[in-house]
Amino acid sequence: MHRSVLTRLIIFLVASVAALIYLTPTLVKDPAKSLPSWWSSFLPSDRIHLGLDLQGGSHLVLEVKVDKAIENNVERARGELTNLLRERGISGVSVERQGTQIQLKAPAANVERVRGVLKGDFPNLAVVNTQPSDGTTDFFLTLSKEELKSLRDYAVDQSLETIRNRIDQFGVSEPIIQRQGQSDILIQLPGIQDPERAKEIIGKTALLEFKLVDDNANVEDAVKNGPPPGRQVLYGQGGKGEGGLGAEKVAYVLEARTLMTGEYITDARVRPSQQLEGPYVELILNSTGARLFEQVTAANVKRRMAIVLDNKVYSAPVIQERIGGGRASITGSFDIKEARDLSIILRAGALPAPVEIVEERTVGPSLGQDSINQGIISFIVGGALVVVFMIAYYKGAGLLANVAIIFNILYMMAVLAGFQAVLTLPGIAGIVLTIGMAVDANVLINERIREELRGGRALRSAIEAGYQNALPAILDSNVTTFLSGMILFQFGTGPIKGFAVTLCIGILTTVITAVYLTRIYYDYRLGARNLERISI
Amino acid sequence: MELIRPGTKIPFTSYRKIAVILSTIVNLAVLMMLFIKGPNLGVDFAGGTMVQLKFQQKVSIPDIRQALDKVNLGGSTIQDFGDAGANEFLIRLDKTSVELGALGAQIKKALAGEFGGDKFEVRRIESVGPKIGEDLRWRGTVSVIAATIMMGVYIWIRFGAAFGARFGLHFGLGAVIALIHDVLMTVGALLLADYEFDLTVIAALLTIIGFSVNDTVVICDRIRENLRKIKRETLESIVNTSINETLSRTILTTSTALMVLFALYLLGGAVIRPFAFSLLVGFVSGVYSTIFIASPVILLWDKGTRKR
Repeated sequence: MHRSVLTRLIIFLVASVAALIYLTPTLVKDPAKSLPSWWSSFLPSDRIHLGLDLQGGSHLVLEVKVDKAIENNVERARGELTNLLRERGISGVSVERQGTQIQLKAPAANVERVRGVLKGDFPNLAVVNTQPSDGTTDFFLTLSKEELKSLRDYAVDQSLETIRNRIDQFGVSEPIIQRQGQSDILIQLPGIQDPERAKEIIGKTALLEFKLVDDNANVEDAVKNGPPPGRQVLYGQGGKGEGGLGAEKVAYVLEARTLMTGEYITDARVRPSQQLEGPYVELILNSTGARLFEQVTAANVKRRMAIVLDNKVYSAPVIQERIGGGRASITGSFDIKEARDLSIILRAGALPAPVEIVEERTVGPSLGQDSINQGIISFIVGGALVVVFMIAYYKGAGLLANVAIIFNILYMMAVLAGFQAVLTLPGIAGIVLTIGMAVDANVLINERIREELRGGRALRSAIEAGYQNALPAILDSNVTTFLSGMILFQFGTGPIKGFAVTLCIGILTTVITAVYLTRIYYDYRLGARNLERISI
Repeated sequence: MELIRPGTKIPFTSYRKIAVILSTIVNLAVLMMLFIKGPNLGVDFAGGTMVQLKFQQKVSIPDIRQALDKVNLGGSTIQDFGDAGANEFLIRLDKTSVELGALGAQIKKALAGEFGGDKFEVRRIESVGPKIGEDLRWRGTVSVIAATIMMGVYIWIRFGAAFGARFGLHFGLGAVIALIHDVLMTVGALLLADYEFDLTVIAALLTIIGFSVNDTVVICDRIRENLRKIKRETLESIVNTSINETLSRTILTTSTALMVLFALYLLGGAVIRPFAFSLLVGFVSGVYSTIFIASPVILLWDKGTRKR
């Protein structure tokens, strides 16, 4: 055997063995059990990852409403500013918030002192504009650029952490949670059974507040004509004791001031029902929270305290006595599942800003399995058609092209497994399509060899000229397809990316197998003996 | 076996006037359809929600509509999906789950009340917010245009380097015009067949662009080679010879690609069908456009006489 043939043969053998090793975990049924234990210690043990469209699951994109977090911060700054101005005895100043801006009206006499306070104590506020108007000066303030950026980043990162916590506690295997772009969070939940419930848990802001109920207020009047100053109307869910399940929403008139929020919660647990009430959720507060809770309850004995989650009143029990020990409970008419979900979101904490689901793609497990089956069937049928056609048309050379296809598929799958690329339904279509397009290279070569033979060339030089002359066209045509594959990869999301990936990998393996692998065979035949004809 | 006998000489270039006129008319018709009727945009691009349902028993669309009416979703578009007798349906809503709350839960509840909770299955939900839909629409359009231009530039540079910038430019322009033709033909077929335009259609269009330009590359490559070899003939005759010489390859390659696409179209399931359909149309159009559009464009500048 010619040396160069042998070398190339060895290279391809090594590559094929490596490919098989990479594919083994995918091909065996249960890799953890059926592969020997030494396998995973130094050989690849990852299977080809299936996309959500094949294994079922949810793909969610959440937009963090960063502006809301900014508004909250601006509101806080406004409060601090008002207090400080009062403390310093700077009078006649009005401080209002408009969206994410603060408008401050200062009488001419106090303008310089206001400036001093702003400069000295509020480095996080930037004055965007000042307008003198008769006797007063208007300051327009926003958060400074750096403050805004860090706030944005914090809101998104903190939301991401909180959501990750919630999902971990909810129990999803191998979730993907990552930031996408400026203020979006991408979440992938493979194999999830109850996407609606997961969405409920993920999407809740979970801002827990304790507020006092104003029992003296006229609820009907407040609902109709708006709440009196310093009060707000919030609704409960109409629990068992309050008008039956899912019935009329119950309105509460609450003092707008928040006594305490859920930030002090260290743990939340579901407790079984007492008497005939449903299960309840017990909150455990940290020491600061416990102290605060004790103070608050001591000061308001015999009054009703509403427990408000995301502006919905869960319950409003009467405070019987001062509550020490840092334990509080939320009762309501929920079943054990709802109680568990509530405990998860309370434990994981509130989101710094509300989130909104802006994209959802959920595929049920049965559809995924159907897609896999249909993909495999079209792969087999399409492949068989091409294989039969190639043998019918080119006989021996067609068979050779078919061998190249088989190695092509082997390498493609191995690369998918090796690079941990995700196989999707369009990705399977990409593999099927690759079979159909891969033979193009062999067709180009074979047509060329036939042509050269017709032109009267000797066999050896016809084969050589065939490969040589076909190569530019093969490379050009594959480069163009590869380029559009790259554009598609840039553009696509999820499943489409999977198609782009298989398309591009397929092009690389096609050039290798269809051109270089088949050539080994011809060189071997040509070197072995005086070859007179080939089947083409 | 041989499909095309060696030495075949079909005078393709002499049909170029008819071909160009015909294709221009068809393409203009597609453009008119596109602007008058407008594409049937899927949720990817239009925003909104699509729910795929599978029932165990035979269910009619009015039955489903009646059930959905109870949660005020009776106005949704409901259509059959998948193979006949599969009892699968698509429900299409303009709103997203954000605006409608737990949409899946609502639909489940409404249908469970009517048909029983274990008699159906929500197989797929796709919900896209209007902002993302608009973004995808824009990016999809840009990527198709960018790919088309990129192919032209590639061919321009590739053949320009080997053969002089002028020919490179002609080849490149020929390819771009052929690609625009293929994209429009595919879009037209999708409009006629009333398929929805979604992300997979963009994937198909980009693949068509990549594949269709292959034929152009192979023929241009042959033209380049023949221009060196044959000195005494007109450019038109050389172009014609080149098309004929590569004809058998063009047909074979497209045939094998069409074989696997037919398999995908018929057996790959309803989700992938529009994708396979687009590729089928685009690949056939690609062969036609290479032979009848791209090659004549090269001739436009030379009018049959060759000056080099």
